[in-house]
Amino acid sequence: MSTLPDPRPVIVRQAASIALAVIPFALAFGVACEEAGVSVIEAVGFSTLVFAGSAQFAAVSVLGDGGTVAAAVVAGVLLNLRSLAFGIAMAPALRGPLWWRALAAQLMIDESTAVGAAQRTAELQRFGYLVTGLGVFVTWNSATILGVGVLAGSADLVETAGVDATIPAAFLALLWPRLHDPEHRRIALGGAVIAVALAPVLPAGIPIVAAAAATAAGRPWRVQA
Amino acid sequence: MTAATTTALLLAGATYALKSAGPLALGGGRRLPGFLERLALLLPAALLAALVASSAVVSDRSLTVDARLVGLAVAALALWRRVPFVVVVVLAAAVTAAVRAMT
Repeated sequence: MSTLPDPRPVIVRQAASIALAVIPFALAFGVACEEAGVSVIEAVGFSTLVFAGSAQFAAVSVLGDGGTVAAAVVAGVLLNLRSLAFGIAMAPALRGPLWWRALAAQLMIDESTAVGAAQRTAELQRFGYLVTGLGVFVTWNSATILGVGVLAGSADLVETAGVDATIPAAFLALLWPRLHDPEHRRIALGGAVIAVALAPVLPAGIPIVAAAAATAAGRPWRVQA
Repeated sequence: MTAATTTALLLAGATYALKSAGPLALGGGRRLPGFLERLALLLPAALLAALVASSAVVSDRSLTVDARLVGLAVAALALWRRVPFVVVVVLAAAVTAAVRAMT
């Protein structure tokens, strides 16, 4: 183990590229807000207080389509149910005083969890989680402001530049090291199949939550000594 | 208060409850029960794979095979060749954009 290089620089580079990768999405969110008649202050309110990209998008698009506040909130909450699973996954790495855990929890997003959970030790998990969460928080909010204020009217930029394809690629890169283990491969395959199979029949976000059931392939109830 | 403000505040409260339940209830040096410990170990594979799959082939709740899948395949190939993370992500975007420009 002692021959392994310090993984922190690698983690910081991952975090930086993810923080940059979310910029186009935050710009698009800002544009979506502008189109839905959501003000700059409200858009930044979403990006700081909610701080969960897909849920913000869902809620604002429901409002933009003339949906009720209740429908918008439910759509966002359903998309974010996975945060509960992320929280359970990250809890061992996020030990500390209550106030510290309360603050760190706000950074619980796909990206911070993915980078955090991909690390070998609890200490590195915590490092990856915090660096990625803070990095994304900064770029996400800055780009939201830019999107509402400056870029309104060019939402299709995300498609033509292929920027939407960076997200599955980034998630795959984070999943990749786990695929060396046959048990994790089975679980990953199960999770992907469940998510795709349920996508047409369940509200957005629920299939991701349902994919957690794939962990049954690893028989977690068989606690090892 | 506008509908957007109400939505932002309600969604923020609910989201924070979901985000913080794990760290607040299970953190603080308490060890997880064995079952949860093992679940925490196995969950990321399922969730990450679900995120890969749905961000690659799901659009507006329907299955959509488009240029994103080509980008993902190139990303997988790059990962297999041990290409650095940033390059993987940029390659995926570039290939997807190129396929879209051609079709």
